[in-house]
Amino acid sequence: MTSRLLDAQELVKSFGGLTAVANVSVHFDRNELVGLIGPNGAGKTTLFNLLTGETPLTSGSISLYTDQGVQTLNGKKPAQIAQAGISRTFQNIRLFKDLSVLDNVKIAMTNHYQEGFLTSVFRLPKFYQTEAAMAQAAHELLKIFDLTAVADQPARNLPYGTQRRLEIVRALATKPSLLFLDEPAAGMNPEETADLTQLIRQIQRDFHITVVLIEHDMSLVMNVVERLYVLEHGGLLASGTPDEIQRDPAVIKAYLGGA
Amino acid sequence: MKVTLKSNLAWVGVMLFGFIIIDALEFAGLINTFIENMLVTIGINVILAVGLNLIIGFAGQFSLGHAGFMAIGAYATGIMTQTMSTPLGFYISMVVGMVIAVIAAVIVGVPTLRLRGDYLAIATMGAAEIIRIVINNLKITNGAAGLFNIPALASWVTVYVLMCLTTIVTVNFIHSRGGRAVMAVREDELAAGAMGINTTRWKLAAFVFGAATAAIGGSLHAAYIQTIAPGDFNIMASIAILIIVVLGGVGSITGTFVAAVVLGALDTILQNFGTVRMIIYSLALILIMIFKPAGLLGTWEFSFRRWLTKGAVTHD
Ligand SMILES: Nc1ncnc2c1ncn2[C@@H]1O[C@H](COP(=O)(O)OP(=O)(O)OP(=O)(O)O)[C@@H](O)[C@H]1O
Ligand SMILES: [Mg+2]
Repeated sequence: MTSRLLDAQELVKSFGGLTAVANVSVHFDRNELVGLIGPNGAGKTTLFNLLTGETPLTSGSISLYTDQGVQTLNGKKPAQIAQAGISRTFQNIRLFKDLSVLDNVKIAMTNHYQEGFLTSVFRLPKFYQTEAAMAQAAHELLKIFDLTAVADQPARNLPYGTQRRLEIVRALATKPSLLFLDEPAAGMNPEETADLTQLIRQIQRDFHITVVLIEHDMSLVMNVVERLYVLEHGGLLASGTPDEIQRDPAVIKAYLGGA
Repeated sequence: MKVTLKSNLAWVGVMLFGFIIIDALEFAGLINTFIENMLVTIGINVILAVGLNLIIGFAGQFSLGHAGFMAIGAYATGIMTQTMSTPLGFYISMVVGMVIAVIAAVIVGVPTLRLRGDYLAIATMGAAEIIRIVINNLKITNGAAGLFNIPALASWVTVYVLMCLTTIVTVNFIHSRGGRAVMAVREDELAAGAMGINTTRWKLAAFVFGAATAAIGGSLHAAYIQTIAPGDFNIMASIAILIIVVLGGVGSITGTFVAAVVLGALDTILQNFGTVRMIIYSLALILIMIFKPAGLLGTWEFSFRRWLTKGAVTHD
């Protein structure tokens, strides 16, 4: 049984004369892993930016289905959308570089742990309790991604691939119901990529969340995702299960044709 | 937990130690009014600069009007203690000054902090000028002549205690949920927003916090020096506080303390040098900026916790 999580209808984004996203409609259901593929400049990142409120829509509508009912995300700020349960990573890693790995994760928990002003500045017992609870929750997440040993290091000291994993942990710490990962395996070798993809599959199941994954290496996503969207030149070229996509004539022509 | 307790106790020890030393020197008659004046000025400058460092170094927002908020505190005390010349009256005036400073900070901050970029610097500079001009033209503030014979309701002890208190509160804020949110905004505003941080709200929180502590500094200044005039709170006064922050290290509270002490002592020593004073002073600053552009301490902080856990860390 599937239930709808997010519905995006006829999204359009123009940058001056360039239409980066042209009339794209996508939807995501609860508890699924969806791939978003397409060549360079297809509009994948722009689509993520539209869905997370980072870039304002030229036109279209986005609705999120929550326990409280359907809410429109049109015109909402990124922070409000994040609070509604949508989180993301960035193609060009955007960690809080000078802060520790642990603090990076704790920052993402800001809205889930109430620590009043007076409680913190006068170090009342509640402060220590909240901090301990946050630290424990953060460490549990770090452990899943094998980051325990570097918890106290500044994020900037981490190797590239590790920074990417930390970004996923940070995104998870906001307790999202929908997680957008923009090329999480960029710069990794095929083996690391396969490991990470498996890990993403695992957390998607363990956390009961929906993950949308941008990936360049089509063959890798094929094995793990339930559904795929294929973008080209800002438009939706095809969508469906990996099987359907592989047999889709348009995709074969445009994407696999050259291979 | 144990380390936390030990480190907190160590800090209490440091504060008590400082107090006892000054008190003993006072008792022995080794501190004349001149030196006491220097110590009190250092203490007030610490209060002002710690707050400004929170805004600039931790929240990453550039504010150029700190003296404006200081003026609000100073005049609240200067005016109110004329009719309420009791310690209670002094503290009430301080709270009133803080409240007005907070309101002013919200008025300046809400429209400018929504935007990314250095709009705050221009807005705060303008706001501080407006505050000064208003004070210059009001009857109740005695215009350009300023206020004299303000009751002496603050001693070096008052300044010392409030310096410790505001620093504790500020440092505790930095090492809590709010401080982390504020630093996230500094590090990457876009990523902070994407993680659900209400960036405008946290920038405003740091700015308002700094404004409130500046008002405390102003109240103490009025009640200790006993004379205030609008000219005391001009742009040069704001820049003097900024210099302490930049010299000590943007993002280092320890650095702010060191810089406030060094500059306070330098200023006092150079007083005998007449006009050469400004030249030596400026030269010293230029040299430090050339050889230590990140400030004396950069972002380094002294920490008892680090000391206490040294050697005891077992990384498996
Ligand atoms: N802020 C912007 N201003 C102008 N043009 C933009 C902007 N952002 C993206 N574009 C353009 O929109 C198009 C789609 O870019 P986008 O980054 O979404 O592609 P992508 O599918 O993520 O590509 P890649 O695989 O290289 O990451 C590109 O032509 C890009 O140059
Ligand atoms: Mg992209």
